[in-house]
Amino acid sequence: MLYFLGYPQNGHRRGVRARLMRLFPCSTAKKPSASNQNSVEDELELSAVRHRPEGLEQLEAQTRFSRKELQILYRGFKNECPSGVVNEDTFKDIYAQFFPQGDASTYAHFLFNAFDTDHNGSVSFEDFVMGLSILLRGTVQEKLNWAFNLYDINKDGYITKEEMLDIMKAIYDMMGKCTYPVLKEETPRQHVEIFFQKMDKNKDGVVTIDEFIDCCQNDENIMRSMHLFENVI
Amino acid sequence: MAAGVAAWLPFARAAAIGWMPVANCPMPVAPRDHSKRQDELIILNVSGRRFQTWRTTLDRYPDTLLGSSEKEFFYNEETKEYFFDRDPDAFRSILNFYRTGKLHYPRYECISAYDEELAFFGIIPEIIGDCCYEEYKDRKRENLERLQDDQEENKDMRLPNMNFRETMWRAFENPHTSTMALVFYYVTGFFIAISVITNVVETVPCGATANQKDMPCGERYTVAFFCMDTACVMIFTVEYLMRLFAAPSRYRFMRSVMSIIDVVAILPYYIGLVMTNNEDVSGAFVTLRVFRVFRIFKFSRHSQGLRILGYTLKSCASELGFLLFSLTMAIIIFATVMFYAEKGSSSSKFTSIPASFWYTIVTMTTLGYGDMVPKTIAGKIFGSICSLSGVLVIALPVPVIVSNFSRIYHQNQRADKRRAQKKARLSRIRIAKAGSSNAFLQSKRNGLLNELLELTGTEEDEQKLTKNTSLLESQHHHLLHCLEKTTAHEFVDEQIYEQNCLETALQSYPSRSPSVSSHDGSLGTCCSRRVKRNTPLPNASVPPAHPVPAHQGPLQELSAVHIQCGDPPCHTTSRSNLNLKTDDSSRINCKSGQITTAIISLPTPPALTPDGDGLHGPPQRRPPPPPGHPPAPSIQTTTSSAGTNIVKVSAL
Repeated sequence: MLYFLGYPQNGHRRGVRARLMRLFPCSTAKKPSASNQNSVEDELELSAVRHRPEGLEQLEAQTRFSRKELQILYRGFKNECPSGVVNEDTFKDIYAQFFPQGDASTYAHFLFNAFDTDHNGSVSFEDFVMGLSILLRGTVQEKLNWAFNLYDINKDGYITKEEMLDIMKAIYDMMGKCTYPVLKEETPRQHVEIFFQKMDKNKDGVVTIDEFIDCCQNDENIMRSMHLFENVI
Repeated sequence: MAAGVAAWLPFARAAAIGWMPVANCPMPVAPRDHSKRQDELIILNVSGRRFQTWRTTLDRYPDTLLGSSEKEFFYNEETKEYFFDRDPDAFRSILNFYRTGKLHYPRYECISAYDEELAFFGIIPEIIGDCCYEEYKDRKRENLERLQDDQEENKDMRLPNMNFRETMWRAFENPHTSTMALVFYYVTGFFIAISVITNVVETVPCGATANQKDMPCGERYTVAFFCMDTACVMIFTVEYLMRLFAAPSRYRFMRSVMSIIDVVAILPYYIGLVMTNNEDVSGAFVTLRVFRVFRIFKFSRHSQGLRILGYTLKSCASELGFLLFSLTMAIIIFATVMFYAEKGSSSSKFTSIPASFWYTIVTMTTLGYGDMVPKTIAGKIFGSICSLSGVLVIALPVPVIVSNFSRIYHQNQRADKRRAQKKARLSRIRIAKAGSSNAFLQSKRNGLLNELLELTGTEEDEQKLTKNTSLLESQHHHLLHCLEKTTAHEFVDEQIYEQNCLETALQSYPSRSPSVSSHDGSLGTCCSRRVKRNTPLPNASVPPAHPVPAHQGPLQELSAVHIQCGDPPCHTTSRSNLNLKTDDSSRINCKSGQITTAIISLPTPPALTPDGDGLHGPPQRRPPPPPGHPPAPSIQTTTSSAGTNIVKVSAL
């Protein structure tokens, strides 16, 4: 009932000025049409963002997937994103569905940046499939490269402790609250310390790509886990 | 898990490679896709109309008929298609649900037929998309009301074993049930009418007699009217008392509106009887007689329309209140203005602001009695503004307000309904989400069972168990498992988490060994940690589990498990042996990167109640055993926060 005493919520957004303008018929000339135009342009823009991927042969040549696999991938991709591109919000939504207990948005943000290789704010099917090709069919070197790229948030070639802390916090966020043992404040930081102890050979506070790849190749667990998802498609 | 994004699961799993260099523990094994099927077209023949779709489309929702193995019951060998003897039109929306992830409710479809189709195909109606959900709920509510009305009509049938009281109550509430009730109904109605007419006629001047002036009939024929009144009141009293007697809940009856009206109708008479001709209170007594007019409201038992009107007014009370409020505001404003405008003129009737109220009301409602008129020019100007605004305030918006009221009122109702539905739907979605995380926790326990069996090496049991969860689910769970390994923390459900919180606040870890003290994070690899921790634990904890005969049972059963699974050398109840055995296997497993979870460190008996064992410190918590594994021995997991990150397994 309070709607009666106030104004309906939509009206509030238009503001007092707009309401006063409407009282005087002479001043109604310009404003509404301008806003109409803007909305029409917005609609055109939205409808224009429709992406068609390159041909199947080209993708087959560029990635290590077979034709059938590309077909399956594209069908799934297009089903979820009919317009052919994924923007960051959709990406976050999709990724969040897999981790219902925690908050996957930060990690999804980093992941999005890792997939969006040309940094245009959206992941097209080519980006998607290139990324997957590296992750699923690439050599260990390529996979490690990709992981390094993921961790290196500002893409300057070095992983600093702050970047690693951000990534670590994002991963721990995905776990959510109800974990065993209880997540403490300093757990991500400790994890980062361990990581740097292992990886940073010359103790200069940053991890370069060579240190990273070197160290990973000497670690059995990591090597084994790199082959874990090979049969995903 | 929302199966609509099942297509993205491969991507999410591939992205998990990003966790690998960071993880300190080895990753669990990925589930194998035992049936490597190529994506194929399935033909669904619904009453002759053929639908075709990919198998993976249907597999998106594994808990429905078409997504699970239930559809194999409908497989037709000769024609190599799935035949359903159902409505093809309704099936269209159902198949579209699999394709788009959104379930739509077609408006032409009958609500109960649609519900039946949904129930047949195992789809819950709550996932109908927002675009169609409101329509669906409205239709469903109408249907429900229709069913309820039908039921109420059926209720009027005579039930055999009603006692006298219940019969009477039914007779009072539904006069159509028996002739006696109908007679009673009409008699009371007649007397109500008589009573009201009597009250009215009492005040009419009856014509002058010879020696007296005109007096109302009531004073002329006092006795007659008094007799009439008495008769009516006696009838009403008897009726009230009978209703009171027959009411199933007397307290509730006495609180109801109708009974209050009854009481108010007959009370003045009794009060009048009790009161003598005392001059002081006779004024009050006269006032009381006004309440006799409330007898007319007794008609509402006889008239459905009156009841509906009363209910409408009650429900529109807030709108009417607002109308009154805005009118009051206008009246006060204009009365003030008129008062100050007319202040100057002599012999002005506008003696005070409240006195001006009368003028404002009469002018605004366009009555214009003319007993108060402004004399000054300013007063006249404001008076005219007042009457014009009165026209605007009352005459124009009244129809608009009435229709606006009904429209906005319904809109508000719909908005509230939607909000209430939304809350309910959100809570259901939350439950579904919790369900998915619960599914993971559940499958973790099942997974432990798998791995334990794998330790002892029976292939068939393992395959039997893995078939119970779909491939999609097992892959999703594997993904969550990898995340656990990366962070070296485990997903638990709410209760266990809260218990943990409570305990970390309360307990003081008397029996903890230093190596396990405060390292909640993962230091070192999981395997080495476990190896370290296995040895101090037997020392740290006093053996409550050991030699008490009553507790030996579970340990023996644990060993029985091993025997059954064909592992002769380790049938021992000794804890150290068990530890050793699992140590070896765990070390072996580390090498091959398979299992790293289940370690039997302290098979404490599950019979211990939480407050039973002070020695052991923290109580044992037992999540409910995983259902549906009758062939395999049921194994429960207990987690204890005695400073370990290890999941303990003890047999039931």
